[in-house]
Amino acid sequence: MQRIGVFVCHCGSNIAATVDVKKVVEMALLEPGVVHAEDYQYMCSEAGQAKILEAVKEKGLTGIVVCSCSPRMHEATFRKAAERAGVNPYMVEIANIREHCSWIHKDMEEATKKAVILARAAIAKVNLNAPLQPGESRVTKRALVIGGGIAGIQTAIDIADAGYEVDIVEKTPSIGGRMSQLDKTFPTLDCSACILTPKMVEASAHEKINIYTYSEVEKVTGFVGDFTVDIRKKARSVDMNKCTGCGVCQEKCPSKKAPSEFNRGLNTRSAIYTPFAQAIPNVPVIDRDACLKFKTGKCGLCEKVCQAGAIDYAQQDEIITEKYGAIVVATGFDTIKLDKYDEYAYSQSKDVITSLELERIMNAAGPTKGHLERLSDGKAPKEMVFIQCVGSRCADNRGKSYCSKICCMYTAKHAMLIRDKYPDVNVTVFYIDVRTPGKNFDEFYRRAVEEYGVNYIKGQVGKVAPLPNGKLLVQGADLIDNKQILKEADMVVLATAIEPDPSVRKIATMLTASIDTNNFLTEAHPKLRPVESPTAGVFLSGVCQGPKDIPETVAQAGAAAVKAIGLLAKDKLMTNPCTAKADELMCNGCSTCANVCPYGAITYEVKQVNDHGIREDRRIAVVNNALCQGCGACTVVCPSGAMDLQGFSNRQILAEVDAICR
Amino acid sequence: MKYSYYPGCTLRTKAKDLDAYARASAVALGFELEEIENWQCCGGVYPLGSDEIASKLSSVRALNEAKEKGQDLVTLCSACHHVIKRVNDDMKNVDDIRTRANNYMQLEEPYAGETEVLHFLEVLRDRVGFDKIKEKVVNPLTGKKIGAYYGCLLLRPGKILEFDNPENPTIIEDFIRAIGAEPVVYPYRNECCGGYISLKEKDMSKSMCERIMDSADGMGAEMLITACPLCLYNLKKNGNDKLPVVYFTELLAEALGVKEEVAK
Repeated sequence: MQRIGVFVCHCGSNIAATVDVKKVVEMALLEPGVVHAEDYQYMCSEAGQAKILEAVKEKGLTGIVVCSCSPRMHEATFRKAAERAGVNPYMVEIANIREHCSWIHKDMEEATKKAVILARAAIAKVNLNAPLQPGESRVTKRALVIGGGIAGIQTAIDIADAGYEVDIVEKTPSIGGRMSQLDKTFPTLDCSACILTPKMVEASAHEKINIYTYSEVEKVTGFVGDFTVDIRKKARSVDMNKCTGCGVCQEKCPSKKAPSEFNRGLNTRSAIYTPFAQAIPNVPVIDRDACLKFKTGKCGLCEKVCQAGAIDYAQQDEIITEKYGAIVVATGFDTIKLDKYDEYAYSQSKDVITSLELERIMNAAGPTKGHLERLSDGKAPKEMVFIQCVGSRCADNRGKSYCSKICCMYTAKHAMLIRDKYPDVNVTVFYIDVRTPGKNFDEFYRRAVEEYGVNYIKGQVGKVAPLPNGKLLVQGADLIDNKQILKEADMVVLATAIEPDPSVRKIATMLTASIDTNNFLTEAHPKLRPVESPTAGVFLSGVCQGPKDIPETVAQAGAAAVKAIGLLAKDKLMTNPCTAKADELMCNGCSTCANVCPYGAITYEVKQVNDHGIREDRRIAVVNNALCQGCGACTVVCPSGAMDLQGFSNRQILAEVDAICR
Repeated sequence: MKYSYYPGCTLRTKAKDLDAYARASAVALGFELEEIENWQCCGGVYPLGSDEIASKLSSVRALNEAKEKGQDLVTLCSACHHVIKRVNDDMKNVDDIRTRANNYMQLEEPYAGETEVLHFLEVLRDRVGFDKIKEKVVNPLTGKKIGAYYGCLLLRPGKILEFDNPENPTIIEDFIRAIGAEPVVYPYRNECCGGYISLKEKDMSKSMCERIMDSADGMGAEMLITACPLCLYNLKKNGNDKLPVVYFTELLAEALGVKEEVAK
């Protein structure tokens, strides 16, 4: 029989205002095994923990139940306290009477009843708890960064500077990401490439950083400190060791009709291509869907003109398997599709463009060589209209409920740059709110209005109608003047909402990292652990976690690096002892458990067993404790009931259920 | 295939053509429109008051009659379609309206939105198929540049009408292609003609209709087609006469070679 102590926390008024804590103490004392129960204002405080230590000493407690907040909050605190008192930390159970009870109920009588039941369940479980000992696992001193945009580059540089090996996996042919597509950056208006290229060079030249471009993460196994990752290096059709980056192949390539991804499809590129001039590595890839050699077997011109003999049509995808201690996700974003926003005529007129497309048009290396012109007829616009919040802050399910955060600032930037370079162009911005929190941000926006004469109109646009004369009639509302506005424009720019890059779903699944309804990766804690995923050893960098601008992204990238370094600096990690275990006498070796195990932790061994005096060799499931994450899937499917989860055994769970239903 | 058919009052009076051409075309296309008995006016306007029941009952009667026959209910007038489809949605999804309407109706079996409401154009698209219509066309309207005028009632609210993309619809353009003509896409094809406002503020409807006509004319349309008697009225009376406006069923009957029959 256990000797159990029950400690009920008031959490100030968080619990005590809704739950009669004295009553919980009183009822707990009636439960089997309970020899001590008390309540205290803050159980997690030094004084509260001292009460636990004292009670263990005085009453010789073997099990502890704390009725308090979620175990995600303070389970570790109380386990440590138990350890200090000489009680095995796995003899502690938390009854969550705050998040699961006091915070969600109003009626004190009902809430108290529920708190008593939750306490009772935890007591029933502790009665069956057994001491568990955590094991140890090693830490591989190498980090993987998924995504080679500014977030991934910065994280990789910071980890590498601390002395650890880092691999960057980037799915496109070059690192650089979205930032490489931008023309200028707010609020200083410095050129994006000028500040990004040195970072790209630094990453590629760093002796501790290894970059896999045109590569994707294919499979992730293992756990914190010891991940094993398969990386698919897609066939580049160009030998990276031989190519000198001279660019002749791209000039000579006869197939030049593939839409340029880098220029958002506004112009075309050759089938063999590097996405942009400053690409790293400066080694082209062959787009096999566009290449004549691959499509028809004829051509082979690039091979003929390549002095270095680097073209290799026979190249195959290659799988690289590497071990990592930490993984940082930096998969970035894309703009949303506009197919649900036909009122803005994006699909009907070439002169309605997204802001990211405008970045390419404004860029000297873009499709119009930096000249602001209409894509329909190449004419210089005289009237430009910007529409804010296209798909952002959307109340229905067409767009996104969140604010994309960067649009107010980049629109002010675009407006200012256009007014500066083309003073005869009128710029009108339709907005819901102008949101400019950030250092020097509001000053920047005010400069656009006050010094550059950008016409800001508070109100939304209901329709953009292409007119017979080639112009666009923008129909909007001016909420301050309370009137309808009809404005003829030459170009309309849509501040299109951003969303996580679609590839993140697959990556999150591989990492068992959680994502929210908008596909943003979830933090371990929204305030206190903002750069860590709830999955141990996985860290978040950049927009994959939520919308942010460049300075914020770089700051978060550094923070993620620090967290990864903190992990890599350790030699060993304690492992969770709550793993599955097969009862040798009950297991019939059917393989059902191994088939459902998501971590590949179950193998089979032939063992001699003594079944009530009969000795025989049997095929029996064996769990690798280092791989098992304690998910419990095997215990559910086991037809003979041989699989059990230590710390969460079937008996313990059923005892909890019984206690609740009693 | 047999459908229950709800013509509505306007199709008995001002818009006899819309109805007659549709019936003749249905025969030519091999489906039957069986007019439901004792139908009453739908009210013309969907009542927005959430406690308004009486003016929804005529729709419920029509819907229930189709249900009892085990048929889908076909409508033709945009306004009737709008009202009946929305009332059906209420009967399916709004507990309070369903209960109260059934309390009035005292049906043997309560009505709960079981009937499927189809606009005649939806029958052409989803049941007959524009490809099939193309095969049956005997007088293709080759070379005619036609602008589709949707108006608002067929398209909105998009989630309930589920007729087409409200901001960029294509069903009437596809119809125009099926009868051999050339659709002209113009941006104001899904904007309101003013509806009943023309009774009170004729000038407002006038400016709206002129914008629609100018937009279609500017994009090269030679005529407009519509499914709505009120839209037709407004565009003709309050537009600027730049383009002729006819019902889509008239062109369908013409293409199918049954227009003469109706005229007789």
